[in-house]
Amino acid sequence: MAKLILSLDGQVIKEFTLNKERSTIGRKPHNDIQIDNLAVSGEHAVIMTILNDSFLEDLGSTNGTLVNGQPVKKHFLQDNDVVEIGKYKLKYVNEVPATMSQAEFEKTMVLRAPAAGSKAEAKSLTDSQKIVQAAVKLSDTVINAAPAAAEVSRSASVPAPLPDPAAAEVPKSVSASAPSPGPPAPARAATAMAGGQGTIQILSGPNAGKELPLLKPLTTLGKPGVQVAVIAKRPQGHYITHVEGANFPVVNGRVLDAQAHQLNDHDIIELAGVKMEFFLRS
Amino acid sequence: MNLTLVLEMAKATHTGMVRSHNEDSIATDPQIGLAVLADGMGGYNAGEVASGIATALISSETREALARHAPHELDKNSGSPLATRLLREIIARANTSIFQSANSQPQYAGMGTTLVVTLLCNNQITVAHIGDSRCYRFRGDKLQQITRDHSLLQEQLDSGLLTKEAAKRSQNKNLVTRAVGIEPEVEAEIRTYPAQTGDIYLLCSDGLNDMVDDEDIEMTLATIGSNLPLVADQLVQMANDNGGRDNVSVVLIRVKKDFPADDGLWAKFLAWIK
Repeated sequence: MAKLILSLDGQVIKEFTLNKERSTIGRKPHNDIQIDNLAVSGEHAVIMTILNDSFLEDLGSTNGTLVNGQPVKKHFLQDNDVVEIGKYKLKYVNEVPATMSQAEFEKTMVLRAPAAGSKAEAKSLTDSQKIVQAAVKLSDTVINAAPAAAEVSRSASVPAPLPDPAAAEVPKSVSASAPSPGPPAPARAATAMAGGQGTIQILSGPNAGKELPLLKPLTTLGKPGVQVAVIAKRPQGHYITHVEGANFPVVNGRVLDAQAHQLNDHDIIELAGVKMEFFLRS
Repeated sequence: MNLTLVLEMAKATHTGMVRSHNEDSIATDPQIGLAVLADGMGGYNAGEVASGIATALISSETREALARHAPHELDKNSGSPLATRLLREIIARANTSIFQSANSQPQYAGMGTTLVVTLLCNNQITVAHIGDSRCYRFRGDKLQQITRDHSLLQEQLDSGLLTKEAAKRSQNKNLVTRAVGIEPEVEAEIRTYPAQTGDIYLLCSDGLNDMVDDEDIEMTLATIGSNLPLVADQLVQMANDNGGRDNVSVVLIRVKKDFPADDGLWAKFLAWIK
């Protein structure tokens, strides 16, 4: 479950768990997160939590609310965001526990009202029903909130700078009750591989000598309508596959079948009458 | 009318890199222009059972119904093509069937499935869906999603709470607001669009679009779209290379030529005397 760590001048004061759909922040004592300081408005801001996502909204406070140094009206909180209210800092922590069993996480769930018949599920369903209500309520506040609805959606849209692109791909959650998702997603594929930049050099024909770096995840070679092959860049390496035409590509003198064929450094490819060499540029 | 010469179909389904079994189910019938994709959910093997019932029942009942009626005939009551009513009724029957199995057999309790079905006829495509399984259209090198997910995330997008960029970072990706077999009744969203020669339609489970960006799907279709089975394999492979956290299934349909319905001699005669 997500939490907020309140600190002043680097000293941690208190931790708050975001276990309610609506947690208020302000100077007055009735707030869930009370900050007794004159720079903080009576009702300063509110955090809406829908399952594993939390949204911060400034309630028209006198001195405003900053997230990662930027003033915000409404903001979709990301792990490690720092909310600043006056001199106080609230760090938002929504970690993905690495210990969840794989079988448990990110199963698709239905969000619905309790069915009259099935008692067994009634309890968990009440939870999801609450969530539906929370979602509806929250959307209401978005639509009705503030003088300029356009501004609201705009500020909500400004994504916080992400520390790590891999961290952005947090896996899907289990259910309304479960704390949260599984292991962090593996880094995106199709990035540079250890062996260097795959490159094709044309060896024969009018373009002999030309080089073609394989920058995209897929690169086609050949003449459309005559013979085309594609080289796919994958985490494991480069693979060539026949796409169209009666003839199949030839690699190192051997005719390929319809299966993808992994290319090795300095393989010779023959395609539509043109000879070319695949190599890895370090 | 046999559409085998007009439509090319390819499909692929894979368990992915994380799950222990495949709860997706797909079926195609080029002859009648039908494609069905279902992404099941529920404990143990129940998800597979739900998606399996959905694809099998929808395929066989559609085949049977089309032997009696042409899908482009207009429905007397609603004035819309028969395909719409046909799919609505058949999906309702699939819902009842899954709901009843789930309620009569304890091991299937709570099972359900998302669904996307396309039926092509008379230069049109009718798309029915429930949940977050999607249909995309690739036309003129542009990919466009033509179904709108029935999910919490989509509702948040619609309300303006999240932007498309922010949605990619949401942790509530797996919550659908509608599914087949969960309740006694379910409403399918059914729409009909004109189809053109050269169109490629893509049906997929969320295992594809959660792992592979729309831009990469578009790039794949633009690059190797001439070879549909290869596109199907490539899309599955990209989802797996990116982590393959869910089952991934794709069905591809290419419109090779116009396919106007044959209205018979009487209609030709009527057209001639006008």
